[in-house]
Amino acid sequence: MQTQEIQKISSQVRRDILRMVHACQSGHPGGSLGCTDLLVDLFFSTMNLKTDAAGKVVFDMDGKNEDLFFLSNGHISPLIYSVLARRGYFATAELASFRKINTRLQGHPTPHEHLEGIRIASGSLGQGLSVSIGAAQAKKLNGDSSTVYCLMGDGEQNEGQVWEAAMYAPHHKVDNLIAFIDENGQQIDGPTEKVMSNRDLQAKYEAFGWNVMRMDGNDATDIQNTLIKAKAALGKGSPIMIIMKTEMGAGVDFMMYSHKWHGVAPNDQQLEDALAQLEETLGDY
Amino acid sequence: MALFTYETKKDTRSGFGAGMEYLSQHNPKVVALCADLIGSLKLEGFIKNSPERFFQTGIAEANMIGISAGLTLGGFIPFATTFANFGTGRVYDQIRQSVAYSGKNVKICCSHAGLTLGEDGATHQILEDIGLMKMLPGMVVINPCDYNQTKAATIAIADYEGPVYLRFGRPVVPVFTPEDQKFEIGKAVHLVEGSDVTIIATGHLVWEAIQAAEALLEKGIKAEVINIHTIKPLDVQAILASVKKTGCVVTAEEHQYNGGLGDSVAQFLALNNPTPMEFVGVNDSFGESGKPAELMEKYGLNANAIVEKAIKVMARK
Repeated sequence: MQTQEIQKISSQVRRDILRMVHACQSGHPGGSLGCTDLLVDLFFSTMNLKTDAAGKVVFDMDGKNEDLFFLSNGHISPLIYSVLARRGYFATAELASFRKINTRLQGHPTPHEHLEGIRIASGSLGQGLSVSIGAAQAKKLNGDSSTVYCLMGDGEQNEGQVWEAAMYAPHHKVDNLIAFIDENGQQIDGPTEKVMSNRDLQAKYEAFGWNVMRMDGNDATDIQNTLIKAKAALGKGSPIMIIMKTEMGAGVDFMMYSHKWHGVAPNDQQLEDALAQLEETLGDY
Repeated sequence: MALFTYETKKDTRSGFGAGMEYLSQHNPKVVALCADLIGSLKLEGFIKNSPERFFQTGIAEANMIGISAGLTLGGFIPFATTFANFGTGRVYDQIRQSVAYSGKNVKICCSHAGLTLGEDGATHQILEDIGLMKMLPGMVVINPCDYNQTKAATIAIADYEGPVYLRFGRPVVPVFTPEDQKFEIGKAVHLVEGSDVTIIATGHLVWEAIQAAEALLEKGIKAEVINIHTIKPLDVQAILASVKKTGCVVTAEEHQYNGGLGDSVAQFLALNNPTPMEFVGVNDSFGESGKPAELMEKYGLNANAIVEKAIKVMARK
């Protein structure tokens, strides 16, 4: 898919995120906006997803013979919900129910309410990489040559379980896995450098035995090129980690360069100002 | 007169190992994970038969639970194994989010539960695991009583779709249940018929309950003994039928009063058939080092303790 096409979808997804968070006056817009370009690329271009004869995506929990994506930093739920709906897993109208009573679009993603596209609950941080490794090993046992993708936050690297998983994957040669760290440099209590420095993530993962790459997570062309490179490196004995630099709040000028919008919803005026910066390309839900 | 006899004593963990060896040959969907305790969990047979279906996680239990949840997605049935303390309390949140809330078909199988772990002391002697696991919505909790029942339970849970906690232990105990038994999850086993007092026991305390029933019989007291191997879902019909006949009940388990089998029975009876009740279990304390039998004596978890509580509860009728 052309990067211009991806950028058009991303603009609509960013509008969805802002409108969802505004409607329930809660949720996490900052990280959602920052990771939009990656998820749109994965679901609309890079990943091989199961489809029916008419080309419509089909969801089954096992996900055999298709690429799988796991969101470990579950608080960027508005993003995954918008991307799944826009990709056709469920009706975009359902996005209006985000975080409201009786919704399938819970504050943090879960398969508990049988939402198409979600295979694991996340929210309590640090668990998604382990789950992704298990899913990748299941694919190997099944002779399934598709790929498992996993996104984590950089604040999430504080969790000990991440490093248990980091040690395990290269040891067991889980080389059908591409993981990402959203390096936006922010966490709830402030800049990661101040709260709990990750120091040199690349050196750390390399020391654990990962094939580490870097990319600009808000540049559609760089994402596309890096993913081509990463896919070419699959099956060579090492799991792949892509550290992607993103800007929290990307796409909305007043939400960038600060951690203020990590978990704060815009008011009516702020929503209007933000939407004015994002073209409605696919029609609002 | 002996109500039950036995020829050998074996550890329940070896029953688990035998069940896993059976599954390695009969269920290609079963995979096993272990956090650096293969020998303690008796997994050698499974690994010898199915090395490609075994995953060594190292001493990293949180990761083991997450990997297990992921492995279910290809249709596999992961058995995640370690000591009960590290497989439940240490990883409660991982089990809660990645397994129970996510509805994953993971079997958490733990040895060395309770005081009978012995000399290693309280850091390893978890007495809260039944409570932790039974509080999770949708989690099945099983604590079989001997080698044969643990083997049968291990095989049976592979055929059940959903998360299960299977708890067993280290000491050798009499093997008195049938070798070819059919294990039905959630179905109590009536061991001794009686009319004066109901003794409901689980795990290692089932044999002690039988011994207690023999001692009570010598005093002219007819105790009914029920083996509750499944704490959740609880066989409430079996409990109700027995308690209506006897009018009083003693529960016995190698666990805290809080959160254990007794707690589940009390909750059911309080709502449906208030009945005088006594608990045999650990009353809000940690364990300590010592020989298993010494610890069971000190903390009041043996046949003598059950006899005392039975006489006490009968006086409250």
